[in-house]
Amino acid sequence: MKQLLLSTAIVALAGPALAQQTIGVSIPAATHGWAGALNFHAEETVNRLSEEYEDLDFFLTTTPDPGTQVSDLEDMVATRNIDALVVLPFESDPLTGPIQRIAENGTWVTVVDRGLSQDGIEDLYVAGNNESFGRIAGEYFVESLEEGDKVVVLRGIPTTIDNERVEAFQAALDGSGIEILAMEHGNWSRDDAFTVMQDFLSRYPEIDAVWASDDDMAIGAIAAIEQADRQEDMWVVGGAGMKEMVRRVADGDPMVPVDVTYPPSMISTAIELTARAVMNKGLPVSGDFIIASELITPENAESYYFEDSPY
Amino acid sequence: MSSATTQGARTGGWKVDLHVLGPILALVALIIIGIILNPNFLSYANITNVLARSAFIGIIAVGMTFVITAGGLDLSVGSMAAFIAGLMILVMNTVLPMLGEGVSVIGVGIVLALVAGLIAGAVNGLLVTRAGIEAFIVTLGTMGIYRSLVTWLADGGTLSLDYAMRELYRPVYYGGLFGISWPIIVFALIAIGGEIVMRHTPFGRHCAAIGSNETVARYSTVPVKRVKTLTYVLLGFLVGIAVIMYVPRLGSASAATGLLWELEAIAAVIIGGTVLKGGFGRVWGTVVGVLILSLIGNILNLTDMVSPYLNGAIQGVIIILAVVLQRKGTAD
Repeated sequence: MKQLLLSTAIVALAGPALAQQTIGVSIPAATHGWAGALNFHAEETVNRLSEEYEDLDFFLTTTPDPGTQVSDLEDMVATRNIDALVVLPFESDPLTGPIQRIAENGTWVTVVDRGLSQDGIEDLYVAGNNESFGRIAGEYFVESLEEGDKVVVLRGIPTTIDNERVEAFQAALDGSGIEILAMEHGNWSRDDAFTVMQDFLSRYPEIDAVWASDDDMAIGAIAAIEQADRQEDMWVVGGAGMKEMVRRVADGDPMVPVDVTYPPSMISTAIELTARAVMNKGLPVSGDFIIASELITPENAESYYFEDSPY
Repeated sequence: MSSATTQGARTGGWKVDLHVLGPILALVALIIIGIILNPNFLSYANITNVLARSAFIGIIAVGMTFVITAGGLDLSVGSMAAFIAGLMILVMNTVLPMLGEGVSVIGVGIVLALVAGLIAGAVNGLLVTRAGIEAFIVTLGTMGIYRSLVTWLADGGTLSLDYAMRELYRPVYYGGLFGISWPIIVFALIAIGGEIVMRHTPFGRHCAAIGSNETVARYSTVPVKRVKTLTYVLLGFLVGIAVIMYVPRLGSASAATGLLWELEAIAAVIIGGTVLKGGFGRVWGTVVGVLILSLIGNILNLTDMVSPYLNGAIQGVIIILAVVLQRKGTAD
């Protein structure tokens, strides 16, 4: 028995000195639907890869704000001795310095979605494309509406992400003669979108379409439109690919003709590529991996529907 | 009991009126601004929307008036509402196959929301009075606990009520009597009841006495611990009622449900003239405070005058102004 304990201890001590590698993953906490799905995909990928690679450890943390995320990163370096880091920065500016110091120590760094404020820090950058998110929705509006038609826009939380999307949407509408009546922040929330949409409906007797710019907001907007009994007048385009909305597109709901993807599963892409980079040294992985937004139509909706995802 | 009113009465003149009329004047000013800015402001649909959406915060704020009057505070109500909503949806979806699609499922949900509200309120109240922990700390703690619990229940996503049940339950928010929707009716009844309890019952007087001076109240044989606990229980119960009206609106709950409701409710109570340190409470003032807050949001959405980035700033200015206006009436 003593022998066994001793040898276990030796193995445990010697373990890290062998090929054992640790990947730290730091992502925002599941405080809204999209982040919830991000957590779901992150956990699933970590579990799958842990089974696949015996000598690979993962350390996953979720954070509610930028300050906590910086502390988490410090802890990872100080106590876990990570070999690689996959991080979705809560905010670009505050996280740039701390991540740069980690990269300078020779740790492999993968940045997901929200870029850092300085170039050349990360080894790998995996992100969605906010510009295409807005543009594809805008192009659908131009295609489906006529000159002089009127739309209202529900914006997200005031951030650079929201600005990029909205600017691309407006650029796509330029010259089409489609009029944007108003834009207000629905803060990516069902409740806020419901309230703002109610007020838009009292303010404008004629609205032909709504760009809700997010599926959560689309659900709130649709509830307000149904309450006002004006569902015959307009349709709503959300975005991100929530499974309920993909379902509605697949079922040919006239209120929800299409949806635009912004896949939370990009975290799986990032973790997977990082694991390959760390475990198969020499495999060329570094660079940018940009996942374009795609238009979900009734024809292709089934391939964007994930039954088990919480989102 | 209320030094504010007695003092005001002694000096006489229009200063007294400012303390009482301050919030009402602000409300009237907002309504006039609204009418000028948009012809649809007074339309039936807009008024109904604003009143119905005020109902959640309003119902909670009535309960908050009692807690604050008794010298307490509750920061957990927003998270509590989200948790109860999540729990309610989860249980309704679970019992649906057993009971079959019908009113009984809604009945289970409603009873559950009320019981959960009572228990959650009792937990806050007992921790404050029996364990002797500051109300601020207790409810800061429970705020975090309920918010995590609802995120956990929803698995980080959104809990949605079964679609068929949603259609059946929908009239509780969207339906009504004589064209007045249910949330407005319930809010009005609770506000009237709250005003009566605050002014004409021993419970209301005890709340003010405790908030004014707890030691004196104890020597005056006021059952301090029981009354204080009851204010939290009442608030929890009202959160339960608010949730019963909230769930049929969008049929879902997520970690983002009820965010900052506690601050809106506290702001409404203070705008309405209740003293934050306790000792004097006014339920009708709270109702006016709630209406002021939701009208600001509504008016800003009805115009393009101000950048939407500044919405929060305008609300902040009006909250501070409303309180300053009341101070002027009572300070000298």
